[in-house]
Amino acid sequence: MRLELSPRANITPLMRLAAPIAALVLAFAIAAIVIAFYGKSPLQAFDVYIVGSLSDSWALQELLVKATPLILIAIGLSYCFRSNLWNIGAEGQFVIGGLFGGWIAIATHGGEWSLVWPYVLLVGAVAGAVYGFIPAILKVRFGANEILTSLMLVNIAQLFLDYMVRGPLKDPKGMNFPQSVTFEDAALLPKVFGSDRVHFGLILAIIVVLITMVIVSRSIFGYRLRITGDAPKAASFAGFSSKTTTIIVFCISGALAGLAGASEVAGQIGQLQPTISPGYGFSAVTVAFLGRLHPVGIVLSALVLAMVMIGGENAQIMLKLPLDLTTAFQGLLLLIVLSADALVSYKFRIVRGRRG
Amino acid sequence: MSAQVSDSFGAVTSLPLVELRGICKRYGDLLANNDIDLRINRGEIHALLGENGAGKSTLVKILYGAVEPSAGDILWEGKPIAMGSPVQARALGIGMVFQHFSLFDNLTVAENITVALGKDWTLQSVRTEIGKISADYGLSLEPDRKVWTLSAGERQRIEIVRCLLQNPKILILDEPTSVLTPQEADKLFETLEQLAAKGCAILYISHRLEEVRRICSSATILRAGKVIATLDPRRNSARDIAAMMVGIEVGNISPREHAPKESMLKLNKLALKSETIHEIALQDIDLEVHCGEIVGIAGVAGNGQSELFAALSGERLSRRGMVSIEERDCSLDGITTRRTLGAAFVPEERLGHAAAPHYTLSENTLISHRLDSNVVSKGMVSKEAARKLAGEIIRRFDVRVPNPDPEARMLSGGNLQKFVIGREIISKPRLLIVDQPTWGVDAGAAHMIRQALINLAAYGSAILVISQDLDELFEISDRIAVIHDGKLSTANATESWSREAIGLEMMGIGQEGKHS
Repeated sequence: MRLELSPRANITPLMRLAAPIAALVLAFAIAAIVIAFYGKSPLQAFDVYIVGSLSDSWALQELLVKATPLILIAIGLSYCFRSNLWNIGAEGQFVIGGLFGGWIAIATHGGEWSLVWPYVLLVGAVAGAVYGFIPAILKVRFGANEILTSLMLVNIAQLFLDYMVRGPLKDPKGMNFPQSVTFEDAALLPKVFGSDRVHFGLILAIIVVLITMVIVSRSIFGYRLRITGDAPKAASFAGFSSKTTTIIVFCISGALAGLAGASEVAGQIGQLQPTISPGYGFSAVTVAFLGRLHPVGIVLSALVLAMVMIGGENAQIMLKLPLDLTTAFQGLLLLIVLSADALVSYKFRIVRGRRG
Repeated sequence: MSAQVSDSFGAVTSLPLVELRGICKRYGDLLANNDIDLRINRGEIHALLGENGAGKSTLVKILYGAVEPSAGDILWEGKPIAMGSPVQARALGIGMVFQHFSLFDNLTVAENITVALGKDWTLQSVRTEIGKISADYGLSLEPDRKVWTLSAGERQRIEIVRCLLQNPKILILDEPTSVLTPQEADKLFETLEQLAAKGCAILYISHRLEEVRRICSSATILRAGKVIATLDPRRNSARDIAAMMVGIEVGNISPREHAPKESMLKLNKLALKSETIHEIALQDIDLEVHCGEIVGIAGVAGNGQSELFAALSGERLSRRGMVSIEERDCSLDGITTRRTLGAAFVPEERLGHAAAPHYTLSENTLISHRLDSNVVSKGMVSKEAARKLAGEIIRRFDVRVPNPDPEARMLSGGNLQKFVIGREIISKPRLLIVDQPTWGVDAGAAHMIRQALINLAAYGSAILVISQDLDELFEISDRIAVIHDGKLSTANATESWSREAIGLEMMGIGQEGKHS
């Protein structure tokens, strides 16, 4: 007996659309079973996870705050993934963006600056781009696998932030707590939509989504990314150097992750801490695939993932369910989304007898 | 052999070995095979002729058990059977040699055959059998050579021997000579005649009419899924048969005045190191192509043609001074710069290299027209302009499409090739480099493509054609050079070459080869 994969001839847009939704439903179903094994009622968990995170204005604002970095990072990742390049280190680029953006805020602390936050964002984006450039150049020059290098660079970034917050960037009057000074108002992102929590980062995310929609559907650059991923030889015949493409997309996705980091630090946290991300950079991989690498899809799936993150915190408090369950759920979701994609593109059948 | 047994019973021999009756195969709206009757007798070499898309492959797949017919019967030695799978077909005695070999490059000849034969065979028994079969049929093969060291002809012999080891009653060959030198093809024909003499039936799929007329005693011609005629190819002229295949009279290529003008492409001691063991290194290649001239490069597949194409297109860069277009050194410039200098390129591989399979034709026009300001301006693609351009190519080059803007993979080989050639020459490039312009393309499309190349040369462009099809090179080239093992002979006037001389040169034992 063996398993045979054959490409499907007719794939309707409906199937493509239904796959991530079906994946989501299946992931929730499996999660319900796991929760039942914990001796909790899946219905109650459903209430906490979904209804709870959508029920009041505070929760809805929190949803947008959490979705903002996810959208920014996942849009960046979609540039890489479209070209079949695997940037798994967005978490590291996010941290570096937050660190260097935050450093601008700290360096200007106590000065007479009226407007610092745009520079915080700019420096964060540039730092993220430079950090994204490292795995790209290693791949182009030495053929190093970008999955491994970008992933390992996450640890370096996290430990570097930890060191900086405990050392050079520590608040001198902070009773030796490992954290920086709290940023001054000039360095903090303005709040938007009359909310006291949703910040300018959301506007940036919306702008990035709109620009990406144009790039993906209309521009020759979007064409370049797609064809590099779909038919590399045809791409090189078209004169698109795969090396240049690699460097550009890693810089773009690094820049957007760095921008997300800086906007998180200056929009949400307000200071540097040893940890500035609950794993946005990794969740964004799931977001990108669940959203089918399409800008609108990414916005929707970022909202779903943000909901799961908030639900996870609520469940920990109200049902005493471990927070790791949320992480496990995200991993499960990614696995099922990718399987659903494969099922849409290929028919599986079990064939009896050996190949003759 | 069973054939000899049946020979002693006159009545049995008159029954065809295999007979297809009223075979239909429907794919959606397309009727790939429409009520096809085909009879093949023992000891007969039967040709199956037709354009691409005429239904040859479908019919053969049905016979080989890989595709189930929608209607119709298969009679094997007079008895109706259901051909369930290739395994069953092989058990009955049907052997198939595919156009594209499925061999493991890093295994030896004997290992490759053993892997394919299944558990009844050991490496040792296969070795012995290879020896016997090689001797019986003059198919010389060294069992312990690694496949990657072998020529295409030798690789094909592996596939044939693999089939013969299973004592087939019928052997199906799909375009077997497309990769062979004339001498290798001659050897193949001898083997096939010998096999037929021993009673094995042969179904020979080809579009090369001269070959078919030389070795086949009967031929079935398919067009648009139907049998047009079953005839004796030796009693009909190649032109008549071609007309039946295409459905229209195939004209002769119109000649043109040839007066070479200034130099357009110049190669000066072009050399390229091989990056992997399967690549051929190019050495000391000198060549000049003038405006208004077609220069052909002959050679057996895998002698450096793809490497030469890559060095010319700029997908591989060489060293300073090696490649110039119109007196301008562009050895270190990529394909985009070379295009802006007036060059256009048609690679051998249509799907994947010349065109992206899952992209529509209009999206595929961008591959070489992205610098065209009508199609792409300020970095934005005008989908409408791309569609218009694709439509114009489709119309002018008679590309048959299932809908106005289909994906490239939905086109038959011939139609996609017409589209690719059309895409490259619609902007009248001053230099065109083509690798295998009509490989696997039906007679009608091939004729059209060659005529388009001739017209472009007549207009004043310089054309370099790399091809394994000698007939094609003799038909359209002004000068021919031969590539062997990464080295190129001098390009001599076509009239000065004999087929024999080219064949020897292709095997590296020609006059040129001795001198260098």
